[in-house]
This record gives sequence, C-alpha cells and structure tokens, in this order.
Amino acid sequence: MSANTATVDVHVAHDHHEAHEHHEQSFIRKWIFSEDHKVIAKQYLISGILWAVIGGGMSLIFRLQLGFPDMKMEWLRPLLGGWITETGQLNQEFYLALVTIHGTIMVFFVLTAGLSGTFSNFLIPLQIGARDMASGFLNMLSYWFFFLSSIIMLSSIFIETGPASGGWVIYPPLSALPQAMPGSGLGMTMWLTSMSIFIVSSLLGSLNYVTTIINLRTRGMTFSKMPLTIWAFLFTAILGILSFPVLLSACLLLIFDRSMGTSFYLSEIFINGEALPNLGGSPILFQHLFWFLGHPEVYIVILPALGISSEIIATNSRKPIFGYRAMIGSMLGITLLAFIVWAHHMFVTGMNPFLGSVFMFLTLVIAVPSAVKAFNYITTLWRGNIIFTPAMLFSIGLVSFFISGGVTGLILGNSALDIQLHDTYFVVAHFHLVMGSAAFFGMIAGTYHWFPKMFGKMMDEKLGYVHFWMTFIGVYFIFFPMHYIGIAGYPRRYYSFTSFDPLDTFADLNAFISLSAIFTFVAQLVFIYNFFNSMFRGKKAPMNPWNSNTLEWTTANPGHGNWEGDIPAVYRWPYDYSKPGAESDFIPQTVPYSATPESNLPEENEMIALENEIQGLKGNQSLVSSGSGGW
Amino acid sequence: MNFLIIALIAVFLVLTIMVISRVSSLTKNLNNGGTSVNETSADEYNDFNGKLLLGFFVVGVALAVWSYFHFKERFMLPIASIHGLNTDSMFWLSMGMAVLAFFVTNAFLFYFSFKYRFVAGKKATYYPVNHTLEYVWTATPAVLMAIMVFFGWKLWSDITKQEPDNAIAIEVMGKQFGWYVRYGGADDNKLGMYNYKLIVDGKNDHGIDLTDESSFDDFTTTELHLKKGQPVVLKIRARDVLHSVFLPHFRVKMDAVPGMPTKFWFTPTKSTAEMRYELSKPDFNYFLTCTEVCGRGHFGMKIPVFVDEEEDYNKWIASQPTWLSLNKSFLAKVPEKLKAKASKYAGVEETPADSTSSASTGSVAAGASMR
Repeated sequence: MSANTATVDVHVAHDHHEAHEHHEQSFIRKWIFSEDHKVIAKQYLISGILWAVIGGGMSLIFRLQLGFPDMKMEWLRPLLGGWITETGQLNQEFYLALVTIHGTIMVFFVLTAGLSGTFSNFLIPLQIGARDMASGFLNMLSYWFFFLSSIIMLSSIFIETGPASGGWVIYPPLSALPQAMPGSGLGMTMWLTSMSIFIVSSLLGSLNYVTTIINLRTRGMTFSKMPLTIWAFLFTAILGILSFPVLLSACLLLIFDRSMGTSFYLSEIFINGEALPNLGGSPILFQHLFWFLGHPEVYIVILPALGISSEIIATNSRKPIFGYRAMIGSMLGITLLAFIVWAHHMFVTGMNPFLGSVFMFLTLVIAVPSAVKAFNYITTLWRGNIIFTPAMLFSIGLVSFFISGGVTGLILGNSALDIQLHDTYFVVAHFHLVMGSAAFFGMIAGTYHWFPKMFGKMMDEKLGYVHFWMTFIGVYFIFFPMHYIGIAGYPRRYYSFTSFDPLDTFADLNAFISLSAIFTFVAQLVFIYNFFNSMFRGKKAPMNPWNSNTLEWTTANPGHGNWEGDIPAVYRWPYDYSKPGAESDFIPQTVPYSATPESNLPEENEMIALENEIQGLKGNQSLVSSGSGGW
Repeated sequence: MNFLIIALIAVFLVLTIMVISRVSSLTKNLNNGGTSVNETSADEYNDFNGKLLLGFFVVGVALAVWSYFHFKERFMLPIASIHGLNTDSMFWLSMGMAVLAFFVTNAFLFYFSFKYRFVAGKKATYYPVNHTLEYVWTATPAVLMAIMVFFGWKLWSDITKQEPDNAIAIEVMGKQFGWYVRYGGADDNKLGMYNYKLIVDGKNDHGIDLTDESSFDDFTTTELHLKKGQPVVLKIRARDVLHSVFLPHFRVKMDAVPGMPTKFWFTPTKSTAEMRYELSKPDFNYFLTCTEVCGRGHFGMKIPVFVDEEEDYNKWIASQPTWLSLNKSFLAKVPEKLKAKASKYAGVEETPADSTSSASTGSVAAGASMR
C-alpha cells in the first residue's frame, strides 16, 4: 500500500511547488504553453472570469437602457464611442449587439469553457488518480484554440460595423444577409470564425476528458467508485462531442450561404429593393441544426455544475450523497434526452404541429430525472451536520435556482402554453435561473471549494459569505420579477417597451431589475478581489481543508504529475462520510476496508479479499519521468 | 418605484450591516483549544449562515406573495380569443403546480439547511440510499408530467388543427420594419397569388401576381380588422428576414418565415369597443407586434388590430379601395384576356363605377413608421 493513504498531517507543511520536477521547465512551457492539466485549468478559470466580467458588464449597459430608457448615456461615450448617439441614447443596433454578445460570451466562453474547461481539466486527473490528461498536448491546444477564438470574438466588438447582432442564436436570414443589419457583415463573419475555432477547442477538450476517464483511472477506481463530479464531466464531454459538430455544420452552411451564394437557409427574399436569386433554402433547417447543439448545450452548462455541487453538498453535509446510483442514472437520462428535445425551442416557428406534440412529450419527460436530482440533494441535507463554507452556500443556492427555474420549464415545455410565452421575458427569467445562474453558482462554488488545491491558499471565507448573500439575493431580485413582465407578454430583445406598451406599465419593475443587476455585478468585485488577493496573500491551505474523501485531497499542492511516488490506489466509494462506527467523520477513498473493520458494512467486509488484487494492479502511467513530453 | 428602490437598498443595507457586525464582533476568537486537523469543524458564522438561509426563505416567500398581488393587475393580460381562454386556464393551473413545487421543495431545502447546521460532536446520519423513496419521487413527477402532457397535447392539437371552412383568410407579411396586411377583397374574398420577384418597393409591396384574377379585388392595409366571433386564419409570411406575429391579447404567436408560409387560426371573442368598456380604457387598442429579432427597428414593429361587430366589419371591408385602384399603372401587367375584369377593379374605363375608386385614401404606407 502506498504511503499516501494517510491523508492528513503528513504533507500539510509541504511548501514547494514543483520540487520533484526532473528538470526545470522554461517559464513559457510551464505557465503559458503548459501541458499540465492544472495550469490549463487555471488558464481556463482566469479566462472565464475575465469573460464573465465582460459579458456581465455588457448586460449592465443594456439593463441601463431597459431600466432607465430616458437616461443620457453620454458618460459612456469614452467606452462606447459612436455607439452612443448624438442625443445621448444607446444605438439601437448596438443594443442588439450587446444582447447577442452577452449571450454568446456567457453560454460559450464562461459557462462552457470557463466551467467545463476549468473543472474537467483540474479534477479529472486528480479525482480519478491520473498523472495528467491522456494527451497533455491536445489539452494545451484546446486552451489555445479557445484563446484564439476569444481574441477573434473580442476583436469583433471593436470593428466599425459592430459585432454580430442577431441574437446569440444567429438565425438566418438576418445573420446571412449583411444588408439586413450592419452586425451581419464582418461582425458575423468573425462570430462564425470564432465559434468554429471554439468548437475545435471544445472537441479537443471533450475527447481528452472521455479518454482520460475511461483509460487512466487509478488502481481500484472502478466506475462505481467515481465521484459524481467525474460522472458529470464524462456525460458533459459526451454531449459536447456529439452535438458541437452539428453546430459546426450549421455554421459552415451559413458561411457558404454568406459568401458562396448557396441557398441552404435562404429562399424568396426581397431586401433593400432587390429580390435575391436564392430559392429552396429553409431558415427552419438552421434552427433545427442550431438547437440540436443548442439544447444539449444547456446541459453541457448545467451538468458540470450539478456534479460539482453533488461533491460539495456531500462533503459539507458530512453525509454520503443520497442515491449515488440514481444521481448517475438521472444524469444519464438527462444526457440521452438532451438530444431529442431540441425542437421545443421551435414550437411556433411554423414547424409541423405534430412534431410539436412529440417534442412536448419528450421535453416534459426530462423533468423527471431533474426532479430526482433536486430531491436527492435535499435528502442529502436531511439529518446532515452542515458546514456552510462559501462553496456550500453557493451549492445550496444552485439547487434553489435549479428548482425555481426548473418549475417554469414545465410551462414552457408545454407547446400550447409556449405560444404566448415564447420569446417573452418569461423565457429569459426561466433560463437565466435554471441554467445561467445555477451553472454560474456551480462555477463559483467549485472555485471556492478547490481554490486551496489550485493555489495552495485559502480564500477569505468572510468575503465569501458577503459575496454569496449579495449575489443570491441579487439574482433572485433580477429574475423573479421578470416572470411577471413575461406573463404580461413583453417580448425579449426589445430596445424599448414604450411602443409595445405606451404606458410602460412595468417601468418601475424594470428599473428595479436594473438596479439589482448593478448590485449583483458589484458583488462579483468582492469575489474577484478575494480571488486574486487570496492567491498571493491567502492563508496557506492544509492538504485537505474540507476533510473530503476524494483523491485530490491526498496530494499536497501538486506539481506536474500530481502525486509524489505512486498514485494511491482506491478501495471505496467517495462518500463514506459519518459512517457509523468510524472514529472520524470521513474515510478517504484510499483507506482500505481492512483498515476500518469497525465501520464496515457486511458486504464491504467481503471486499477486503479484493484489496490485494487492487494493490497488485500496475500503475498505468509513467508521465512524470518523461518530463515535459507528457504524451 | 421609489418605494421599491428604497426597499431594495434597505434590505441590502441591513444585510451588509449584519454581516459586518458579525465580522467585527467575532473576529479572531476561534482557536478554542487544539482541535486536531482530523476533526471536522465549522467557523463561528456557521450558525448565522444557517439561520440566514431560513430567514431568506421566509422573507423571500413573503416578498413573492406580496409582489404577486401587487403586480397582478398589471400582468394579467385580458383575453379576447376562444383558445386563449383555454391556454390561460391551463397556464394558471400549471403555474399553480409549479408554484406549489417551488414552495415545497425550496422550503425543504432551506429548512433542512437551517435545521441540520453543524453541531460539534454530532454525527450526521449515514443514509446513502432508500429505493422506496426514490421510486416514489420518480413516479410522482412522472405521473404529473403524463397528465400535463396529455392535456397540453389535446389543447395543442385543438389549436393547430385545420381551420374551419368559414375562416376568413388574411395575409400578414412582415418586413423590416413593419407589417403589411392583405385582404381577399370584397367580392371573391380570396387572396390572389404572389411572387416575391414581383415586389416593387413602395408600390407592389406584397408582390401581388396580376395574372391571377382573384388578386384584382384584393386590398392592402397596415392595420388588421377582424370580425367578432368569426374564425380567422392569418396567412403569415416574411419577405426579408424572420419576423414573428404576436397578438398578445389573442394568445397568438407564429413566426413569419421567408420562403415558408405559415398560418395560425383563431376566433376573436371581444370587439375593441367591448374591451375598451371592460377595461375602462377608451383609447385601448389590440395590436400585433414582432417577437423574432429582425434588426434595429424590431421593437417598434407594431400595428393596431380592431375587432369589429359584423356590421362594422362589413362596412369597413366595403370601404376599402382595391389595391389595383390605387396602383393603376400595374394594369399593364394584367394579361390581355383579363384586362376587362381588372379594369373594373382598378376603377378605370366606363365600367359601372361602384364607388371603390372614389375613396383614394392615403397610400398604403410604405412600412410602418420606423426610424
């Protein structure tokens, strides 16, 4: 048995970063073009945070427009230049550009790259007991493709005609015809280029995650002993692999329509005094292709967050996660169903109503596994001994958002009811709660929870509490009232509501929402300060600050290769918290049953016989010795 | 408005003060003895956070209930169609279920968080699984879903079934940034064919095909008139990019797609006058607006909708000049053998002038008033 089974107090004092590196890597190889999954994870995290600030900042600008339509915005001219009109108003096209890029950034760059990129990269090798990803090189490429795609998207904001502005769903013909709006010119070309590169990045990442999880698990880490985080990342990666290529083809066909005169999405169009020659295409085709990714995408966003919160809630309730297998089963169910519900975004697009019936049925089925997950979280809290770390608070917040946003899904998934609510603020409220804020909370929770392992320092908990309470209240204040505005029929992506409703009945509520948005954004500055300050000035983190069971807590501030010496073997599932008979309230996965006769269940005593076998298995990697050439 | 802002600020201030006071009063009085690293412990804010979670729930529920009643009057949109009554009652029924689930599950979530907050020396209950419980809460939502799907499906099929034979067909065409409406005309009440290649901006905005004689008596407007109690089928299309027809009071929404005509039929139940009376808003108008982003003027694509009593409706129809009479130059496009008939509708030559040409009202506005 390896020496690492003793999880506590042995390695706590380890200070050095990379002491056992065989040869010192250059700065560039170590921190920039790194193949170490942990460095790549941090790169994703910091990129994700930067993007969240940009995307969130954009939402503030359009919230100002919506909440205070008469406001003079000259003071924004230094930032937005000509996008503020001479009368001090926000340019209408730029309003749409903000909405579009806010959506794109948040969905893809923050909640896909920032969330999956960070935590899949960081946790997969550490929690399954691997030296690194299956291919460190492809992993590095994945980040830099993402980086390139970011740069292109970011540059598109600064071009004269403005970035893509047709909504994050970029429905053609609006997005296909530069004469339809300025944003559909160069801005859309850059959007499509950026997203195509992003898809490459996502695929490189996902393939690596799946390969790593299947092939590089340590001795004894059977599938049934994997933490739920890893299960979530596995399903997420599979979703990404199967659905992102469809978006790529949708984008390619759109690129053809835009620049090569094809008619995949275009037919019978008269615009700007001219009848276009295109015939026979269908805008609906694009919507099918888009949502074939678009819907799985929301699960790509939420599943990792659910995985992270499973881990955090179990650890901090000091209880096993309730219904481990049901949790896996419901994630599997969600993954499968995710592929066959996409057209519920299209009930009123003119799609055959019969299809609407089919998709309504399939969509509402997805509520079942989702409900099971929520119930299991709540039961995990029941009779726990709950410690409210900031990560735990954010996880509880996540569950609350997942429920509150989820219940309105029952209504939107019903095609008859969707007629009225489609493209209103009801939808905006629904998805911002259930996948936007919930996934965002997952990302924040994960950051608080694994920060000690990432940076070897503790984050300030008090600031964490302040951050949580401000954000939690702020988010509900933003999105709860939006339901009312949606029920009243207010359409989304409207620059101003005075023409929809001359009396502007909800002016007060819109102002309230905008103020809450500003407040919530300010709260994030607390987090950003805490994040960077703790990185340098935080208290030194012990090896296992949360007394958690999973493997990453058995290595002290890991360098490249993750464990000194052998990778520990795994003997038990990750959720042996507060086991009856055990002295401590947690038993790490590396502790064999033979060492805990006092707490073993009858069937676990039988497992003791298998321990020699597990120890006899060969470690399957020798990455560290090969230094930088990690694959 | 002011009240809301003040309430918001007050809540946040109270919170901030509470947190800060805890921070200042309790800093650095931990370390009560040498707790070994192995022993799980919580910090001095744990109790406070647990209580705050429950407090948040209680205050949150109170605010939710208050806000519902406070805003109810504003967000309850009057209904003026037959299927709208059904979708609305189903909406509120489903909403009732959703709200119930929302309150109950959130209640457990926050109550358990509060109730089982950390106590040193206590041990949590090792409770990894209970299959009965899991079956129950898999089956319960499944059954509820099945019921909702069934009724939703019935309602949906009813709404989307073939329109009745007596439905009046009206064409609604979206463009950047306005709506054009075309009626089948007072005589044949049949929409003539169109072709997008025949569109001439500002003149033949619909691309009306004059080789089809049923188009001769068609007339175009930029407002929608419906007959109370009479099914109407909107023939929806777009000529440039996607738009979406949204008639909020009729619970109608359908995308307008270039190259793919769509439709939606419904029966208006309340005339504009009745609705004005009911709401006691003498200047109330129904309207049609766009809900699919289509460019800078998207938010202003709105035209008025009038529901008339039968008599008024017929009078209005009869008073509308045919499109041909307003665009006589297009007579040249009519095939020779149909010239005589077309001339009649154009109001030229000596054919019995049936007053249609007299009312040469304002041109058929080229696009709604968009900036």
